Amino acid sequence: MKITDDSPPVLTALDRPNSYIGRSVPRPNLQRLTQGRGQYVSDVSLPRMAHVAFVRSPHAHARIESIEAEAAKKSSGVIAVVTGAELAKVMTPWVGVLTHLKGLKSAPQYPLAVGVACWQGEAVAAVVARTRAQAEDACELVAVTYEELPAVTDPETALDAKTPVIHAALGDNLCFERKLEVGSPDKAFAESDAVVETTFMFGRHTGVTTEPRAVVADWNAGEQRMTVYHGTQAPHMMQNLFAKHLGLTEAQVRVLTKDVGGSFGIKVHTYADEMATVALSKLLKRPVKFVADRIESFVTDIHARDHRVKARIGVNKDGAITAFEIDDLTGIGPYSVYPRTSGIEANQVVNLVGGPYTCANYRAQAKVVFQNKNVMCQYRAVGHPIAVAVTEGLVELAAAKIGMDPLEIRRRNLIADDAYPCVSAAGLKFEKLSHHESLAHLDSMMNYAGLRAEQKKLREKGIHRGIGFASFIEVTNPSAAFYGVGGAKITSQDGATVKLDAQGSIVVHTGVTEQGQGAEAVVAQCVATSFGVSMDKVRVVTGDTDNTPYGGGTWASRAAGIGGEAAWQAGKALRGNVLAVAGAMLQAKPEELDIRNGIVVDKAKGTERLALDELARVAYFRPDTLPPGFQAELMATRHYVPRGWPFAFTNGIQASYLEVDTDTGFVKLLKHWCVEDCGTIINPQLVDEQIRGGVVQGIGAALFEQCLYDERGQMLNGNMADYLVPMSAEMPDIECGHVVSPTADSELGAKGAGEAGTAGAPACVMNAINDALRPLGAQPLTDMPFTPGKILRALGKV
Amino acid sequence: MNTIDITLTVNGEHVAERVEARTTLVDFLREDLSLTGSHVGCEHGVCGACTVRVNGEIVRGCLMLAVQCDGATVETIEGLSDSGEIADLQLAFEQRNALQCGYCTPGIIAAAQELLLQAKKQGVVPSRDAIREHLSGNYCRCTGYHAIVDAVEAVAQARAGGKP
Repeated sequence: MKITDDSPPVLTALDRPNSYIGRSVPRPNLQRLTQGRGQYVSDVSLPRMAHVAFVRSPHAHARIESIEAEAAKKSSGVIAVVTGAELAKVMTPWVGVLTHLKGLKSAPQYPLAVGVACWQGEAVAAVVARTRAQAEDACELVAVTYEELPAVTDPETALDAKTPVIHAALGDNLCFERKLEVGSPDKAFAESDAVVETTFMFGRHTGVTTEPRAVVADWNAGEQRMTVYHGTQAPHMMQNLFAKHLGLTEAQVRVLTKDVGGSFGIKVHTYADEMATVALSKLLKRPVKFVADRIESFVTDIHARDHRVKARIGVNKDGAITAFEIDDLTGIGPYSVYPRTSGIEANQVVNLVGGPYTCANYRAQAKVVFQNKNVMCQYRAVGHPIAVAVTEGLVELAAAKIGMDPLEIRRRNLIADDAYPCVSAAGLKFEKLSHHESLAHLDSMMNYAGLRAEQKKLREKGIHRGIGFASFIEVTNPSAAFYGVGGAKITSQDGATVKLDAQGSIVVHTGVTEQGQGAEAVVAQCVATSFGVSMDKVRVVTGDTDNTPYGGGTWASRAAGIGGEAAWQAGKALRGNVLAVAGAMLQAKPEELDIRNGIVVDKAKGTERLALDELARVAYFRPDTLPPGFQAELMATRHYVPRGWPFAFTNGIQASYLEVDTDTGFVKLLKHWCVEDCGTIINPQLVDEQIRGGVVQGIGAALFEQCLYDERGQMLNGNMADYLVPMSAEMPDIECGHVVSPTADSELGAKGAGEAGTAGAPACVMNAINDALRPLGAQPLTDMPFTPGKILRALGKV
Repeated sequence: MNTIDITLTVNGEHVAERVEARTTLVDFLREDLSLTGSHVGCEHGVCGACTVRVNGEIVRGCLMLAVQCDGATVETIEGLSDSGEIADLQLAFEQRNALQCGYCTPGIIAAAQELLLQAKKQGVVPSRDAIREHLSGNYCRCTGYHAIVDAVEAVAQARAGGKP
């Protein structure tokens, strides 16, 4: 068990006395969770609180002819039954578009369907009752008459002339389209020694957070204020949206987010049923609670992926990759999700394919089409798992074609470690990456040569093992280039306010949020270090729009790199303020003092001069003893936004070692490795655990997870018995390694690490399966998830 | 609605309540007794977030009705915490960051404690594979399980007298 610290990386400006930067300190807030004493929104209960349950469309596409609610209204405990038309008077609809995704279009979406239901599971009426059980009972009594309409369920034919158009006003079922051509791909393919072409399929899957989505909305008609307890990643974004669509000012809305039972991108979007709950509270002037049940989660939590990518790669006999080409088709739901849109994933795929390599010839096109299925939007690693699987799948197929080792072909094509800064074929700007050093680290960490020898030996005994790799890049620390420039009120900056309390302890308010990643720990580490106290003296407050600095929250691997830097700077600023007080009290020059372990000391000698509790006592209770005209400022706020680069790209490489049972098609994962470069590592343990958790979510996509729909748009496996998620028995141990290339955009130099695991794991599991099966003459598997049935078909056994 | 009077012991306290016959044990604990440490994840017996101990054995609080617990002894994460029985497991989970969002954690710790009690009875120290197998009915979306296995393994070895 590795509880002890990893060796701290060599640091310079950050290496203060008692530094917590680079140390695996435990998160300070965990006992509450191990004792079951957290406060998730599911746990919130308020006086006069009512519960809402929704009547949901059983059809993928249907006109709502009538809603008969009289029987339901008389049911025990029922407070109100509300239809879409009624709720539309309380809340305005929204349209999920961003102006920088040119041409992206969508239709107005209402909190409850008005006139037409566009997917199975869309809420068409709300029943509010004293208990959830009573609300569900009454839902059974709401009689909705539907006229079923033809459902659009196949992305391949969604744009055909004979396919019905879901939203007539949009003219067609095309949400977004992008084309890109760089260099001379046609010439490069024509001149290549070999061209490999295949089609990759990525199943629709979803986040399956352990705590489903949950919201408690409390409209106080006396205060004219809405308080929303919300399991969200982005409280300020939601404050803006609740206010905007209820016709309130942001000052009238407070969003509170305490513990959140998993998010992964699922809880950073606008959900119609959550908006409806907030609107119902305003309508009924009382608290209303909604917690999705698991079945509702499957048909309403955003789905992700569902891409079909036709792709090819050109390669020469010496291993040089000459060109990449992709044609991506992705089928989303009937609406582009608000406010981040459902065009970002396909856009990311276009941006990221080929990203680790020097290849200059690239052609891409992506089409995003509407369907009558559940909505699709950003889930952990947005676009990366697709782009990485396409790129790395092609690279290993090309290596096999020319008979080259898969690590060797990468060595010959990865961007050189001394080539930075540089720009990728797709136009991505890289500050500093470390593909080759990462690859070398992985090679030795996994004992690649030894594993190849073992694989060969076992092969002779009829045991088929495979080794697969995936180099990757990851978008982290997004600037305003991600959403702000497209007109969405999603802030890319973040802030921290640091206060010295009257006993010499520190309270930090931060705009980033905690859903388990360890953001609070990272913020506490940064402040403790830059200010100069032990971590047990630092308390972090998150998730309260009335009290925390305006911030973006936690998504896109931004909490440590952006929120951490703001906290670091705020701690430094407060240290300066406190040393000014100390200087006045001690008649010393503030620049000759420092704060170490909670005590003001002489900077040069480290001699203890003044305890912080004594300083606070004087500053707060005996300011009359300070020099005339001196005012102590014991609170400091700093903000940070990346300005030097649109994104802080990280990089890394993963490897999977697995065994395929060729009789059953079962895959046994033996071991997984990841070497990752997220710049300065604030907490090695938290980085490793982000990677491990991310890897397992990627493995889920590769082997198990898929939202299955029939041709009528009915989800077939919307429960956890039929939709498989990774469980402990099937998962391997995961070894992590690091290379450190700090970003110069911030003093801390930290980049994000939240999505690297998910980005690369599907690709390297795919490559490992194909490595295991290649000598058996199996067709390469490129259709995720790789179920036993697909593996047996590839082997020609069924 | 059909209601039934039940009496039971929850975390050492005598409880007498009137419940609807359809109320699940986990809803009863959370809503009637405000013991919100037992979580509701799937409500169909797959995820294990509602795992609690009834008469000494772990059960899924979503697959058992409150009325079935008439006369029973029920222990939730709150009770297991206050008794100190799982303090070493909790500490190991905290130090090893074997939890992220924490929603699955009460159920996972209850399941791990059952494994460790069984292993002690049998005089064995469970292997990593045995730990993975025993916890395979508890879904964690955050950690990828590796850290959880590390934490449980460390406690298993420590309780067997090995080095923590």
